[in-house]
Amino acid sequence: MEDTATSGSHSDAPIIRIRDLVFRRGRRTILDGVSMNIRRGSIVAFMGPSGVGKTTILRLISGQLQPDEGSIEINGRQISSMPWRELKRFRRNIGVLLQDGALFTDLTVFENIATPVREHTELPEPLVRRLVMSKLNAVGLGGIEDRMPHELSGGMARRVAFARAVVLDPAIMLYDEPMTGLDPIAVSTVRTLMRETNDALGLTSIVVTHNVNQMSQLVDYCYIIASGRIAGEGPPGELKNSSQPSVDQFMNGKVEGPIPFHYQPPDTPWGLLD
Amino acid sequence: MASAETTLNRLTGPVREAGQCLMFLFRMLAGIRLNLSVIQAILQQTYLIGARSLVIIMICGFFVGMVLSLQAINALEQFGASDQVSLLVGKSLFRELGPVLTALLFAGRAGTSVTAEIGLMKATNQIEAMELMAIDPVQRIALPRFMAGVISVPLLTAMFNALAILGSVVFSIGVMDLDSGIYWSKLQTGIYFYKDFVGGLWKSLVFGGVVSLVAVYFGYSARPTGEGVGTATTNTVVLSSVLILIFDFIMTSFLT
Amino acid sequence: MRANYKVELASGIFLLLGIAALVWLATRATDYGQDIGKETYAITARFANVGDLRDRAPVKIGGVTVGMVESISLDPVSFEAVVHMNLASRFNEIPSDTGASVLTSGVLGDRYIGLEPGGAPDMLEEGDEIFITQSALVLEQIIGKYLFNTNEDKQE
Repeated sequence: MEDTATSGSHSDAPIIRIRDLVFRRGRRTILDGVSMNIRRGSIVAFMGPSGVGKTTILRLISGQLQPDEGSIEINGRQISSMPWRELKRFRRNIGVLLQDGALFTDLTVFENIATPVREHTELPEPLVRRLVMSKLNAVGLGGIEDRMPHELSGGMARRVAFARAVVLDPAIMLYDEPMTGLDPIAVSTVRTLMRETNDALGLTSIVVTHNVNQMSQLVDYCYIIASGRIAGEGPPGELKNSSQPSVDQFMNGKVEGPIPFHYQPPDTPWGLLD
Repeated sequence: MASAETTLNRLTGPVREAGQCLMFLFRMLAGIRLNLSVIQAILQQTYLIGARSLVIIMICGFFVGMVLSLQAINALEQFGASDQVSLLVGKSLFRELGPVLTALLFAGRAGTSVTAEIGLMKATNQIEAMELMAIDPVQRIALPRFMAGVISVPLLTAMFNALAILGSVVFSIGVMDLDSGIYWSKLQTGIYFYKDFVGGLWKSLVFGGVVSLVAVYFGYSARPTGEGVGTATTNTVVLSSVLILIFDFIMTSFLT
Repeated sequence: MRANYKVELASGIFLLLGIAALVWLATRATDYGQDIGKETYAITARFANVGDLRDRAPVKIGGVTVGMVESISLDPVSFEAVVHMNLASRFNEIPSDTGASVLTSGVLGDRYIGLEPGGAPDMLEEGDEIFITQSALVLEQIIGKYLFNTNEDKQE
């Protein structure tokens, strides 16, 4: 088991420290002893095939799920033992960009970005407006604040979601497949945004993705997750040339390898009136 | 062993589901905080699910009133009692048809769209995004829609009844040439305010709560896929229709 | 927030329309608002049988509603139905020997109380009782009389 995730090049104290994380869903073990340290200011990617628990790690870090064993420390504070009220306050420090952006379809762009501000602060309306507009301008979309989400293109919606995620100036950004369904131009726009915000605001970013090529230019460090464990780690350039079979299979997209092609589906849950 | 477990699941399933539904209601009502933004959200939903059902409710009400009068006059004519038509129409409207038909129409028109909307929000990760922002999605999404339903259904029932009476007036007085004075005075002496009118109002309030709860619950517990949302929408119509009729019987037996 | 302006207006209109429909129905299509006024005086009358007379049934003289049945109770001694009714104070010149009968409006209609004014010089007042009463005609008894031609009536 690859336990010592600390890379020698990371000198200062890690912002996120994960120790021996185990998470089960029913009888299925999703994560089985994952440990890693994530350095402040870096962009880290969790890569791996679909359905191996990459997104689960994000949810564990954001405190949405509780681990069965092991611990997650953020800035030296235990997430898993935090009472709910404190966790709510703590989540202000974490911005999340979910798959497809997840804009609230019943609100205008402005209200979408303003929602976390209104929820977590008592700022007066003019200040809220200034804050929202500055973030909207930062993603290059000033002037669309009164539109509804369904009037936006996919790339625009993703940028609005990005503005919403960073509106409270979080310390950590979590991205869950941020590029899914975007055209190449939008991909590079979002990628530039991610890099620039990360460096300008001193964020730490974690990106979950299965798309190797889109991410390899962006991220500083990579964890390959397979079968609930970390199968390999390192800067993306090094991983490409890894000799380890599952890393090689994933990074270079081979059908044959230790990661199985077939997957046993779980029992379908009971449903009313089927 | 597995099949025994499945059978047990099938038997206890509906009970569990009902329990979950009730827990959901408590969760919704326990966290209720009435501030300006919540009231605004409720108002907005009242428009979206209530006001938008208005036209269909009014059209249906008008024709129900007409057909009721037609049937009633046909039947009463044989006894020479066609001037009782307003009483018959009024009683059946206030007590049964108004609340029940409005609630059924509301389940089809608004209940389904609420379920589908919440289900799609779930499928597109909006619910999860809210949880991540530490916003309670039950309060933010489910509660306004539930409250709007509870407010809308009695009002829609009133409009259904008003239009049905209007339809009955048009047919009985306009077409069949009954005396309008007799028509109104029969209503005003024969329909009891507390028993018929207020009783019907209670019914529609309960129906509104039932349909809205079922709609938001199924939306919220839908599997986050297109197929799951479709199933949930169907379930909303089926279950809320059945529940409306069951509650109608229960309430009628207690009210009278 | 600007975009919500129309929505708020529309839902406001919807609420107002709904409430208007409620009020219209309550006042035009039910017996609410058919009250005889606040100023009333109470009288009682005893009947052997009131049929299916109900609370809030109208009390009429010559077809004009002058009051309303307040409650109906049973005299535990004589087993007569005691009908308490309120008459509007503006009809305060009803002779004390007025008779009361339980009548039916139409063939299948509701029961009401009809008053037939007498000729006595003093008038009915608060708490008075009407002594000349006629019970409700019960359909089965009438049919029974016809069929078996029996003139002995249990109730008389």
